[in-house]
Amino acid sequence: MQKPRGWQQWSLIGLGLVLVTLLLLLPLALIFAKAFSGGVGVLLSNLADEDMRHAIFLTLLAAGLTVPINLVFGILLAWCVTHYEFRGRKLLVTLIDIPYATSPVVAGLCYLVIYGLESTIGGFLSARGVQLMFAWPGIVMVTIFVTSPFIARILIPLMQAQGSDEEQAALTLGASGWQIFSKVTLPNIRWALLYGVVITNARAVGEFGAVSVVAGAIRGRTVTLSLLVEQLNEDNKVIGAFTAAALLACMALITLVAKSIMEWRLAKRGEAPVRAAGH
Amino acid sequence: MAKTSWFFTKHPVLPGFTLSFGLSVTFLSLVILLPLSALFLYTSDMGWPQFWRAVSDPRVVASYWVTASAAFYSTVVVTLIGLLLAWILSRYDFPGRRLIDALVDLPFALPTAVAGLTLATLLSPGGWVGQFFADYGIKIAYAYPGLVIAMIFTSLPFIVRSVQPVLQDFGPEYEEAATTLGATRIQIFCRVIFPSLIPALVTGAAQAFIRSLGEFGAVVLIAGNMPFKTEVTSLMIFVRLSEYDYQSASAIAAVVLAASLTLLFTLQVLQGRFLSWQRRGA
Repeated sequence: MQKPRGWQQWSLIGLGLVLVTLLLLLPLALIFAKAFSGGVGVLLSNLADEDMRHAIFLTLLAAGLTVPINLVFGILLAWCVTHYEFRGRKLLVTLIDIPYATSPVVAGLCYLVIYGLESTIGGFLSARGVQLMFAWPGIVMVTIFVTSPFIARILIPLMQAQGSDEEQAALTLGASGWQIFSKVTLPNIRWALLYGVVITNARAVGEFGAVSVVAGAIRGRTVTLSLLVEQLNEDNKVIGAFTAAALLACMALITLVAKSIMEWRLAKRGEAPVRAAGH
Repeated sequence: MAKTSWFFTKHPVLPGFTLSFGLSVTFLSLVILLPLSALFLYTSDMGWPQFWRAVSDPRVVASYWVTASAAFYSTVVVTLIGLLLAWILSRYDFPGRRLIDALVDLPFALPTAVAGLTLATLLSPGGWVGQFFADYGIKIAYAYPGLVIAMIFTSLPFIVRSVQPVLQDFGPEYEEAATTLGATRIQIFCRVIFPSLIPALVTGAAQAFIRSLGEFGAVVLIAGNMPFKTEVTSLMIFVRLSEYDYQSASAIAAVVLAASLTLLFTLQVLQGRFLSWQRRGA
């Protein structure tokens, strides 16, 4: 890292700054400018709206269920593929990546095909009064699908770099499996884990494509904040749409701050920078 | 013990294999494999002529073209922008560097529907940026350029975050050695730095391309969604669904899924090759 010298270097930086301003800063400023364009009173009445409150509740519910489930299975997956050598290990790692490559709309449709009312499973469940699709469980299910790779993907390189030496030492000292995990592995991965939680949460809150397929957009019942942004925009309620957008943008900003702090912590601990490429 | 040496290429020392392996495989099967295979099964139920009619409908074919070309253009542009940002972020210490470093991840953190709405408002004829183009009769939002810009926005972090670590690890000694041998700055970049960036660039660009192909939220809110012009394939699936034509929707989705899985596996094979190629070079 050096101080920039000469006009070429400064103009490169200038060009970069212009691009960042146009692509990232202006949109961010616009969201808040539009949300506040009707004054604080309008903003507050928009926030107090019945549909808005329900959308906030549904979004938090989906994220609140998705994050713990993916946390547990992300740890199990990462542990499994980094601490044992077995046939099919690479295949398992590839399978984890599939949701990255799947278009969210396609993912939503897959769930609709298998759990929708016309399918065997969906028909069986609906005869017993359980409806998955076009209801909140469907929203949670597709959100789990879309965000399933993040935690495992962040943990795998870290666990690989750390190896199993410490765990094996604990084993020779007579520690049980749970003790090894909670006293040796967990302290080593806790920052990366938190980082994964933050990213999973951000994507879970903002998922749009997959959710819009399975939610059926029933007003006041299956509309998440992301879907509400689109609905209000189609109704030409611009300020309302941007109010919902501003809430989501606040979540994004908090995510960025948390992410930066954790990256800084990880770098300070000398752990490999776990940049989550690929989401 | 059911663990055979055929299965384990190295004897497992740590406990917990059965638990973690069993639960992981169950989770992956239920969450990923079952729904994806359900889609292919459902599609295979329909006859070949019906399938072909669904996926070769002129409007659908136009949407493949719109999606692939927009994803291609956006990937080219975003690779250049991403390379520039990664370069200045990892090379120069300038005011605001940390802020920009954090902001680069905004497209990951910002929900795609919000990104689409905001970019559309920004670039619409009356918007902050769009007004300057409206004077010259250039339409960005609700037209093809808007579609490309939305894809550029959502895929920007992929390139920066895959190139940046490589540039950071690339010590100044190579450049110094090249300088003492009389290389010019352009020669140093083209002959010394750029070749070692290629694997990271390819990975980042491939991820950006795959992401752009499947992008939905940002695109539908900005593209205007005119059939044959700015309608992407993801939206086509959605249109068929809202017509309650589940079979056609599944047929198109199966094509999209097959294409993106092929891309994913190709990328992973390539990454394996690149890594071994780099190790041999080192």
